[in-house]
Amino acid sequence: MSDVDKRAVGAHYGLRDWLAQRITAIVITLYTALFLGIVMWNGGLDYATWRALFSGNAFSVATFLFMVALFWHAWVGMRNILMDYAKPTSVRLALQTIVICALIAYSGWTIQVLWGGA
Amino acid sequence: MAAADRPIVKPRPVYLNLFAIRQPLPAISSILHRISGALLFVVGIPLLLWFVQRSLASPEAFASAIGPLTTPLGKVVLLALAWSYLYHLFAGLRHLALDLHIGIKLAPARTSAALVIVLSVVVTLIVAVRLW
Repeated sequence: MSDVDKRAVGAHYGLRDWLAQRITAIVITLYTALFLGIVMWNGGLDYATWRALFSGNAFSVATFLFMVALFWHAWVGMRNILMDYAKPTSVRLALQTIVICALIAYSGWTIQVLWGGA
Repeated sequence: MAAADRPIVKPRPVYLNLFAIRQPLPAISSILHRISGALLFVVGIPLLLWFVQRSLASPEAFASAIGPLTTPLGKVVLLALAWSYLYHLFAGLRHLALDLHIGIKLAPARTSAALVIVLSVVVTLIVAVRLW
């Protein structure tokens, strides 16, 4: 039979995570370069420039993409660390849950910061 | 062959004591990547969000958010995070190069591992000089 599923073991998120870690890394790097470029272009940042920067939607959207990439990247990395060093399943599961909750909360916080209209 | 002549069966699995082994440079580079990444997650992200939120509120809040950065403790924290970010960034770029089979042989991989460490320290020192 040719349609036998040969994947007998494993969770199969390895390649997806490997790729996600690299794509998010590139997004983070590009945003970092963009941000440093803006700072240098302005010769430093005072409050008025800083505020004006975030009043534009393009920069806010770029920042949002950066933060989401950052959170995703942090999740893959933190889970890899916990898988290696937190041996008891209960401890690992608890810590992974804390990481996920923190990242979801940070996502909400990010939206509040960017579009909260303070 | 008599049973006594066979080597004694070693207990498995074998747990290596990582602190008793001399770590090669790429291994040190790898663990620093993890340490810097964990630091950025635990301290960096919440601090970044707090700082951006605070600094955007008003000119006074902007000044008060930057205020702690002028204290010695604030500078040390900022430098630790700056090093973490820089190291993680450089080590990550090295990783991407290795993925593309650039510098994948042992000698260049060792050189680039050392380069990443040196570069992260040098740029952190430049940030430190500008900060003080």
